[in-house]
Amino acid sequence: MFTGFMTNAWLVGTIVAIVAGVVGFFIVLRGQAFVADAVPQGAFAGAAGASLIGVNTLIGLAAAALLGALGIGWLGRRGRRDVATALALVVLLGLGALFLSFSTEYAPEIYALLFGEVLGVSTSEVLPIVVLAVVSVAAIAALYRPLLLSSVMPELAEARGVRPARVETMFLIVVALATSMTLPVVGALLIFSLMIGPPAAARSVTSKPLAALVLSAVIAVVVVWASIAAAYDTNWPVGFFVGTFGAACYAAGRSWAALHGRRSAHPGRWHGAGDHGAGEHGVPAANVRV
Amino acid sequence: MLHAIFEPGFFSSGPVHVALAAGGVVALVSGIVGSFTVIRGQSYAGHALADISVTGGSASFLVGISPLWGFVGVGVLAAGVMDTIGIQRPRGRDLATGIVRGAGLGLAALFLYWDTTHSNVTGATITILFGSLFTISSSILPAIVALSVAAVAIVAVLYRPLLLSTVAADLAAARGVSVRLVGLLSLTAIALAVSLSAMTIGTILSTALLIGPAAIGLRLSSRPGLAMAWSALAGLAATWLGVLLAYDSFYWPPARHGWPVSFFVVTLIFVAYVAVQGFTTRVRRA
Repeated sequence: MFTGFMTNAWLVGTIVAIVAGVVGFFIVLRGQAFVADAVPQGAFAGAAGASLIGVNTLIGLAAAALLGALGIGWLGRRGRRDVATALALVVLLGLGALFLSFSTEYAPEIYALLFGEVLGVSTSEVLPIVVLAVVSVAAIAALYRPLLLSSVMPELAEARGVRPARVETMFLIVVALATSMTLPVVGALLIFSLMIGPPAAARSVTSKPLAALVLSAVIAVVVVWASIAAAYDTNWPVGFFVGTFGAACYAAGRSWAALHGRRSAHPGRWHGAGDHGAGEHGVPAANVRV
Repeated sequence: MLHAIFEPGFFSSGPVHVALAAGGVVALVSGIVGSFTVIRGQSYAGHALADISVTGGSASFLVGISPLWGFVGVGVLAAGVMDTIGIQRPRGRDLATGIVRGAGLGLAALFLYWDTTHSNVTGATITILFGSLFTISSSILPAIVALSVAAVAIVAVLYRPLLLSTVAADLAAARGVSVRLVGLLSLTAIALAVSLSAMTIGTILSTALLIGPAAIGLRLSSRPGLAMAWSALAGLAATWLGVLLAYDSFYWPPARHGWPVSFFVVTLIFVAYVAVQGFTTRVRRA
């Protein structure tokens, strides 16, 4: 289980989990679950297109993910945000269907792109993933303060000279980067479970941003390790375990919050924009430390 | 001239008839239900339900029932679960939706894996995820129509309370409308609409037909009834034109086996949305 080709699986799985946990924390905080769901699925079109013209899949993924993220930003400024996201997503998926119909790709390869194939990571794929991971985490670190401020207290952020539209665009680009590296491993349809399950659980356990961020990454790593081990043992698709364990994390977090009375509606707790649904920004809480 | 637009055989082909009928019915229902989905800000729930109904589709191959009941059954079930864990509150709603979707697709991954390894249903993944209007069997048409009527009936019965509880939930509650029940029923209608369309035309198109035409309709009119009519019309037009183009594309390069219907329909809807958006912005400015 820990030898040969499995070494790559463990290594890449861990990196992917850390990035998903860190980026996912802000996705949950900003209430952008739909975007985080749409970008990877849209990126799938890029993979299909890349395999059609014979380019590296990773490049296709990154291009489509960026296109999707920027398209959502562009459309979202002109209309309803969730509608913009849905439209950008379906356009990319439509292109993906077109590319698939042109290519002679076998069904198993498409299945792997959609549902992940962590056990098939080759050594040559490790380096690009590491580079993208470092870039994503570095970008989050650089953006940490403005991102946190504009997610939690948009009015204050603006008063301090943070430009929400720019932070938004930068964040979407990071999501796109993180997506294109995680997609081949966990699959287009299930990255998203890894990006919101662990952060949601972490947020119900602690209200300190940095602690929640670290905890989120730790939970994501545990989920991925458990999923890889279970997939290795049962030979079932890794996506199944990631999806199930992700949901289990969320359920555990909710029960923890219920037991300890940490309801997100509790006054004085820090609120994210995500607590208030489709892009509305909430009541600023008093005791946030940024 | 006419032959250049309609490839010979378009009107006499059986699969085309079924595609036009099933696609048309599904487009109309999605357009009507979609208007409420967009007004209520539940685009994400609509998209997630379409994805989740795939779980039912992939399971139906395993247990050997008709995919229709797999798609619809799991779609409606998921709507119930979403409602239970808190989709009715805007607070954390997207998160709950996403979690249910993640768990559902995880199961779909497992079922599809079993489909392809144990029961030798090759190509199940592609058929289930991307669908094809031209492979629908005409025998399930009556069931599609019946379920579509059910979805529209829910919206028709709920029209006023649904609108009221969407626009002013407090007022609706004060007038004795059970906001919770209305929410659950409307989510059920969405589930019916998207699982039908996911089965007949694939998950991509189901989101496209639910959100795209509705967004166009709401741009064209601010009156809900009229917006709904525009939406149904736009969905129907895009679907039929898409079927026509897909039929015409049979000899197009590079593959020469036809371009997918979903690509045409999605592109038509998107172009129409951008055009309508540009047009209405200009009119409002003038």
